[in-house]
Amino acid sequence: MTSRIALYLNAWLVYGFIYAPILILVVFSFNQERINAVWTGFTVDWYLKLFSDGDILAALMNSLMIGIPSTLIATVLGTMAAIGMHKYVFKGKRLFESILFLPIVIPEIVMAVSLLTFYVWIQLQLGTVSVILAHVTFNISFVFVIVAARLSDMDDRLEDAARDLGATGWQTFRHVIFPLISPGIIAGALLAFTISWDDFLIAFFTAGVGSTTLPMKVYSMIKFGVSPEINAVSTIMILFTMILMLLAIRFEGISKTAKTIGS
Amino acid sequence: MKKSILIPPAAWLIVFFVVPLVVVFAYSFFERGTYGEIIYTFSFDNYIRAIDPLYLSTLWRSIRLSLIATGISLLFGYPLAWYIASRGEQAKKILLVLLLVPFWTNFLVRTYAWIFILRTEGLMNSVLMGVGLTTSPIEILFTEIAVVIGLVYTYLPFMVLPIYVSVEKLDHRLIDAARDLGATSRQIFRNITLPLTRAGVISGCILVFVPCLGAYITPDLLGGAKSLMMGNLIQMQFLAARDWPFGAALSFLVMGIVLLLLYASARAQESEAK
Repeated sequence: MTSRIALYLNAWLVYGFIYAPILILVVFSFNQERINAVWTGFTVDWYLKLFSDGDILAALMNSLMIGIPSTLIATVLGTMAAIGMHKYVFKGKRLFESILFLPIVIPEIVMAVSLLTFYVWIQLQLGTVSVILAHVTFNISFVFVIVAARLSDMDDRLEDAARDLGATGWQTFRHVIFPLISPGIIAGALLAFTISWDDFLIAFFTAGVGSTTLPMKVYSMIKFGVSPEINAVSTIMILFTMILMLLAIRFEGISKTAKTIGS
Repeated sequence: MKKSILIPPAAWLIVFFVVPLVVVFAYSFFERGTYGEIIYTFSFDNYIRAIDPLYLSTLWRSIRLSLIATGISLLFGYPLAWYIASRGEQAKKILLVLLLVPFWTNFLVRTYAWIFILRTEGLMNSVLMGVGLTTSPIEILFTEIAVVIGLVYTYLPFMVLPIYVSVEKLDHRLIDAARDLGATSRQIFRNITLPLTRAGVISGCILVFVPCLGAYITPDLLGGAKSLMMGNLIQMQFLAARDWPFGAALSFLVMGIVLLLLYASARAQESEAK
C-alpha cells in the first residue's frame, strides 16, 4: 500500500516539475513589473509591444519561410522512404535504415557543424536556403519514422486485393495505400513543422545574415537579459507548438507516438 | 511503383547527411592556418590535442553531468512509468499526452523558464526571501546544479517512454505468482520486475545520456564559464576560435562515444530478444 502512495506522490512531483516552470513563465508574461519576479498587476502590454517589434515579426516570417517549404519537401521524401522500405527488400537495406535513423540519434551539434562545414566547402551562401536544406535533412527521418509505423499496421492484403482486381500501381497507391496512411503523413508533416519551428541550434550554425529565425531571435533576447517580452513571445510559441502537437496526436494517436519514440 | 521510389530520399540523405559527416571527419585530420584557413595535411594532432588535460576536463564534465542527469531521470522516471502503466486506459492516454506535450514546447523557452526561476532576482529567491527562509539570495543559476536541472527537465520524458513500453509488455501474472509463492516486494523487484524491464531501462538511459552529452543550449544558458560542456567547446571552435579542424575532431570524439553506446545497447537488446 505504501508503495502505491509513493508512486502516486512521485507522479505528482514529476508532473509538477514539468508543468510549474511553463505555467510560471506564462503567468508572468501578464505581469506589469519589468525587473523583479513580483506580481504587481495584470497587463497585456508585453504582447502589444511584440506585435510592433519589427525584428520579431521579421524573425517570425523567416521561421515560416523556412518551416513551410522544408516541411513539404521532408514529408514527400520521408513518405517515399517509408513506402520503399516497407515494400522492397534489397541489398544494403539495413545500412540505409541506419542512415534514416541516424539524424535522430546523433548529437545535434555534430549535425550542425557538419552542415556548416559542408556548405562552406561547396561555397553555398548561408541564408534561408541553407537552413531549409538542413531542416529537410533531419525531418526526413522524423516523417519516415511516423509513416513507417503507420505502414506496418496496414493490412498488406488490401494492396494485393487491389492489384488482383486490376488496379495499376499508381491506382493502388492513390486509392488504397494513400488513404490508409494519410493520417500518418499528416502527423509526420505536423511533427516536421514543429521541429523546424522549434529548431535553434541547426539554424544558429547554418543561417546567414537576414535569415534569423524566431528561436534565434529569442536566443539573442535571452542572452541580452530576462525581460517580460521574452515571457510573452515564449507563451505564444508554447501555445502554437502545443496546438500543432495536439493535432498530430489526434491524427496518429498517442500510443503510437509514444511507441515510436520508445523504440 | 518501383524501388526507384527510394532514390530521391536516399540521394538527399547522402548529399546532405553522409557527405557532410565525411567532410567534417576529413577536416578533423587537417590543420588550421594562422588566419583560420584550412591546411590540407594529414595528422592526428587534433585528436592528440583533444585529450590534453585542458580539454579532457570538459569531456569529463560532460560525461559526469550527463550521468548525473541520467541517474536522476531514472530515479524519478522509473516509478512514473510504473504509475502510468498501472492506470486505466483513458488515464494512461491523458498522462502520456501530459508527459509529451511540454516536451514539444520550444527547447529555448523551457530553458529560459529556469533562468526566470533560478536567477538571483528570480522567482525562487523572491519566494524564499519573502517567506524568510533565507536572508540572501541563493546562487544556483550559472552553476552545474542549474545545468543538471535543465538537462533532467529536457530529457526526462525520454526515460519514461521506453520504460513504460517495457512495463506494458510485462506479464503481471508473474508478479502475482511470485507474491503467492511468498516473495517479498524487494525480491520481486530484484528478480522479476527489474530483469524484465531492463530493455526499457537501457533504452531510456541511452536516450537521455546521448543528447545530454552533446548538449549545447542548456550549459550555454544555465551554466557558467566553469560548467562548459563538449557542445560549447565545439561551438567555440567553429564560431569563435575558427579552428574548424580541432572542432571537427572534438565532434567526432563525441560522435564516437555516442555510436559506441548505441551499438552496445543494440547488442544488449538483441541478446535480450534471444
